[in-house]
Amino acid sequence: MTSRRKAIENIFKTSTFMGFGGLLWGSSADEAANTEFTLRPPGASQKDRDFVQACIKCGTCVEVCPYDTLELATPGDGKVVGTPYFHPREIPCYMCTDIPCTNNCPSGALDLKRLEKENEPASINNSQMGIASIHKETCIAFWGIRCDACYRACPLIGKALTIERKINERTEQHAYLLPIVNGDFCTGCGICEHVCVVEESAIYVLPLSAATGRVGNHYVKGWDKEDEKRMKLNNTEVDDSKDINSGLEYLNSDEELY
Amino acid sequence: MNQTRREFIKSSAVVAAATSVGISSLPNTVKAFAAKGEGGWLWDKSVCRFCGTGCGIMIATKNDKIVAVKGDPLSPVNKGLNCIKGYFNAKIMYGEDRLKKPLLRMDSNGNFSKKGKFKPVSWKRAFDEMEKQMKKSLDELGPTGIAVFSSGQYTVMEGYAAVKLIKGGLRSNNIDPNARHCMASAVVGFIQTFGIDEPAGTYDDIELTDTVVSWGANMSEMHPILWSRVTERKLSDPKKVKVINLTTFTNRTSDLADIEIVFKPHTDLALWNYIAHEIVYNNPKAIDWDYVNNHTVFATGPVDIGYGMRKPDHPKNTELEKETVRLEVEKELSEAEGTTLSYLGYKKGDTLKMNNTKKPVKHWAISFEEFKKGLKPYNLDFVARLSKGDDSESLESFKKKLKTLAKLYMEKGRKVTSFWTMGMNQHTRGSWVNEQAYMVHFLLGKQAKPGDGAFSLTGQPSACGTAREVGTFAHRLPADLVVANPKHRKFTEEIWKIPDGTLNPKVGSHLMKIHRDIEDGKIKFAWINVCNPYHNSANANHWLKAAREMDNFIVCSEVYPGISAKVSDLILPTAMIYEKWGAYGNAERRTQHWKQQVTPVGDAMSDTWQFVELAKRFKLKEVWGAKNIPGIKDGLPDVMDKAREMGYNDDTTLYEVLYENDEAKGYPWPDPIGEGRLNSESEGDKRKVSGSDGKEFKGYGFFIQKYLWEEYRRFGLGHEHDLDSFDAYQKNRGLKWPVIDGKETLWRFNSKYDSYAKKAGAGDFAFYGKALKAIGQGTLKGPIASKGKLKLPNKAKIFFRPYMDPPEMPDKQYPLWLCTGRVLEHWHSGTMTMRVPELYRAVPEALCSIHPADAKALNLIDGDSVWIESRRGKVKAHIETRGRNRVPTGLVYVPWFDEKVFINKVCLDATCPMSKETDFKKCTVKIYKAES
Repeated sequence: MTSRRKAIENIFKTSTFMGFGGLLWGSSADEAANTEFTLRPPGASQKDRDFVQACIKCGTCVEVCPYDTLELATPGDGKVVGTPYFHPREIPCYMCTDIPCTNNCPSGALDLKRLEKENEPASINNSQMGIASIHKETCIAFWGIRCDACYRACPLIGKALTIERKINERTEQHAYLLPIVNGDFCTGCGICEHVCVVEESAIYVLPLSAATGRVGNHYVKGWDKEDEKRMKLNNTEVDDSKDINSGLEYLNSDEELY
Repeated sequence: MNQTRREFIKSSAVVAAATSVGISSLPNTVKAFAAKGEGGWLWDKSVCRFCGTGCGIMIATKNDKIVAVKGDPLSPVNKGLNCIKGYFNAKIMYGEDRLKKPLLRMDSNGNFSKKGKFKPVSWKRAFDEMEKQMKKSLDELGPTGIAVFSSGQYTVMEGYAAVKLIKGGLRSNNIDPNARHCMASAVVGFIQTFGIDEPAGTYDDIELTDTVVSWGANMSEMHPILWSRVTERKLSDPKKVKVINLTTFTNRTSDLADIEIVFKPHTDLALWNYIAHEIVYNNPKAIDWDYVNNHTVFATGPVDIGYGMRKPDHPKNTELEKETVRLEVEKELSEAEGTTLSYLGYKKGDTLKMNNTKKPVKHWAISFEEFKKGLKPYNLDFVARLSKGDDSESLESFKKKLKTLAKLYMEKGRKVTSFWTMGMNQHTRGSWVNEQAYMVHFLLGKQAKPGDGAFSLTGQPSACGTAREVGTFAHRLPADLVVANPKHRKFTEEIWKIPDGTLNPKVGSHLMKIHRDIEDGKIKFAWINVCNPYHNSANANHWLKAAREMDNFIVCSEVYPGISAKVSDLILPTAMIYEKWGAYGNAERRTQHWKQQVTPVGDAMSDTWQFVELAKRFKLKEVWGAKNIPGIKDGLPDVMDKAREMGYNDDTTLYEVLYENDEAKGYPWPDPIGEGRLNSESEGDKRKVSGSDGKEFKGYGFFIQKYLWEEYRRFGLGHEHDLDSFDAYQKNRGLKWPVIDGKETLWRFNSKYDSYAKKAGAGDFAFYGKALKAIGQGTLKGPIASKGKLKLPNKAKIFFRPYMDPPEMPDKQYPLWLCTGRVLEHWHSGTMTMRVPELYRAVPEALCSIHPADAKALNLIDGDSVWIESRRGKVKAHIETRGRNRVPTGLVYVPWFDEKVFINKVCLDATCPMSKETDFKKCTVKIYKAES
């Protein structure tokens, strides 16, 4: 751990020597384009700009990470210097149940509250560091190989990663066992990306902002009671009194109709 | 569409039967010859190095290196697919630390020293030392003073070469495979039930059955391609097809299962009897009386057979070990045993003296009424209470599952295939529980029929083909012959052209006994081939210490440095699978051959070459004189006179008798079937390796692999084990034996499919195996001498076997069950797969699966380092509460591939007393936090 502490100190020394100091933090936060694909520790805000501004670059989370997953960005990393991030292909987040990184964050940039759900205490299982995506052309399970190594390695196996079974019409004797990511549960820990056995991982984690879509509020799944909860977040009321004349112009202009 | 497809498979099976053309569905098999591919790659057929499934692969070579593999689309097993171990076959041979030179422990003067460091030596120096040490042990202790740890991963030919040398030449039966750890219980089940080894069915049963019941087999991880076939079957008719997973913890096989039954370790014995009880007591109409009456008899055997442990007074036992091994002498019967052994007049608290530890395999015929009486206690309530393995499940829920299970088995017209592997084999009553599987299938008439049968899966790629069929066991000879039978010995001596009386009639030491004998100083020379016995054997601390600290010499033929190499005195660099000609036999009796694809690395040479070269060092006068054998009054006879009559002389070498004989020379090399191919043994190779005599090895000049194959198959021809010619297998994708006139056999013992069964003329089925077919008769309590022997031609046996407790069960000191096993990503002890970077990264270490509640009670969180400690030893591991295996409270699971988590130091070396197979699935441990 001491050598690690030293490494962290060195990062700061470097920053200081470069003469940016505090100024650097603020200015880079505004040009955070490169941080779009940066994976942050659990408990970080989904808006990376908010995280970067809240983070005091103290390195505590990096220091307490027992797996050396977290690294501090240094100049040249293309990330805001001094902020923590991780590369799952190298070392993923092993999802410590005591969440030392977030637990020890002095600034609130990593906040256990973000890991709470419906009055349950904070749990690493609720973290949303990112979401795994599968490139099915290079995922050998989609070739019919019995791999599913990512599925078996997933800490939330059966939830975040599930197996879809499909008959292999070519052999008519075997089935595909295909890994499927379930975004409701995937925490973005990246263990799947880490263990993937092909040369460049066919399953990889992206920050939520880069990998998720959003559905409008005009349609509710009739087969899913829970889905209505989605609406409560945004129930803007329609004002009937407005725009009563909006159709008149159209109705009153029939010159070219015949 | 699905239904019609199934009908199609069914009808094609019928066509196959009608025409007896088992291979008609493989019109392309003749195209198996090597073909040029892209970029100058040469593609040729081969077989996956790993498990017992036996997937066909194609190998691409360029510039004498393997550059790629692909699944063989023409292989009926996998049709071009592989699992991830198979996917990496191309990478297993070229790990950085591949052993390339012989290594000998030496002192600074270049002399062998037990405490010396390994240094590279020449093959000549290696063989000189090996010869010296082997002869020293033979002189001091006789043929029982040496031993070979053999393998279910030998090629067929090298296994045969080994047996010939050790049994035929050196007259020792101390050769026993790692397959002992793997399927010896299955073998005893087969021999006692059918009189012949290996399954009746084929993998086609998967597509033909309506019900797959997995008993103690995590097929999803351990037979991945077969599991994709089971999955396809389930998908093809999801309402009809049912999948049931019987297991002691939730594993990936549960994913697909309609019903998961988590039972308490060892109570599979009670579960099978529950099904039989349901049949016999509550649903007698489910019994197929025609099948039962025409083709089977009822039987049972003694229960006071111990647990295959050493006796408590053995000086090497520690005080803690004695707490367990005392049961080898007698045990106090538990409440459950008081019920299940009540048919013998026992009750709870009685002492059962183990009087039959020497004769555990004896058995006798009983009546159906007696059989029924034995099953009486196994009603739903009793069995459910005994067997429920998950405390969080309600008894009612568990009962409901058991009832459904029994109903599925009993349903008329529903086809049922039961699969099992190590859960039932690695079991101190493993032979019993194997027999119980056949018991249920026989009662229902659901055995040896397409889609219907109890099907024992094997773990290793040639556990069937080599360990069993060639007979690299302490008691066996090829084709189900045994050393204890004088007729079998004579038949073998004739084929091997060795004098009558050469073969040793006394069964040798089984794998655990080899370890124990080394510790007892009874074996002083041991040779390890294609296995890792110091990593894979339970209670390892004893054997490691004995190897390193006692007066003995251990030789290890290896490809990568592992635990066994580390404790050896001499390491021989050995050619890997695709560096030699070979053949494997898979779990469905399919024999598959391949050609040498590349030149071995470094100075590595094949196991066959090593046996043959060693044989050059032994003259007949040294080995065929009179020999002492403990337990045989007059020892082995001097057969030199007879040898001289056969044209041999005192100085003839074993090489000349066993390998370089006239028959062998009748298979010249080159041979058209190997045109343009490498054969390092027959013609040497570009490396010009300096051989065992210090001169360049230029080859034997004859086609040694073909000779060994053709001689070997003479054992089985006309004896229910017919194999095809060497050349035929070079052209096809394997055939399921018996192969008659080039045609394979789909369902054995079934007269529609098996010409031996048809020829027997015993009706629809004939269980024609010859072993153990004359037995005594009596009651559940024992045989009655006055009733005489019952002869059972063409009949199988339905055994009654009771539930008994395992020798170690959780108590205050050691409150947790420990179960060990494997993971999909790694093969056995990981010597090959841990060197494939991708597989290493996927699963770099063995984790200890523990229930979250147990972890919490021990104040542990995920990822914590713990000590796992038993009465025998302890290891450190990280815990996991949320991984692929979800254990119930009270049980932990640790895979054994990882030498850094040396779990076999913890395991108990109790075995099934009949099969001598270790129970790696249960012992007891305590767990506590390690300061890491």
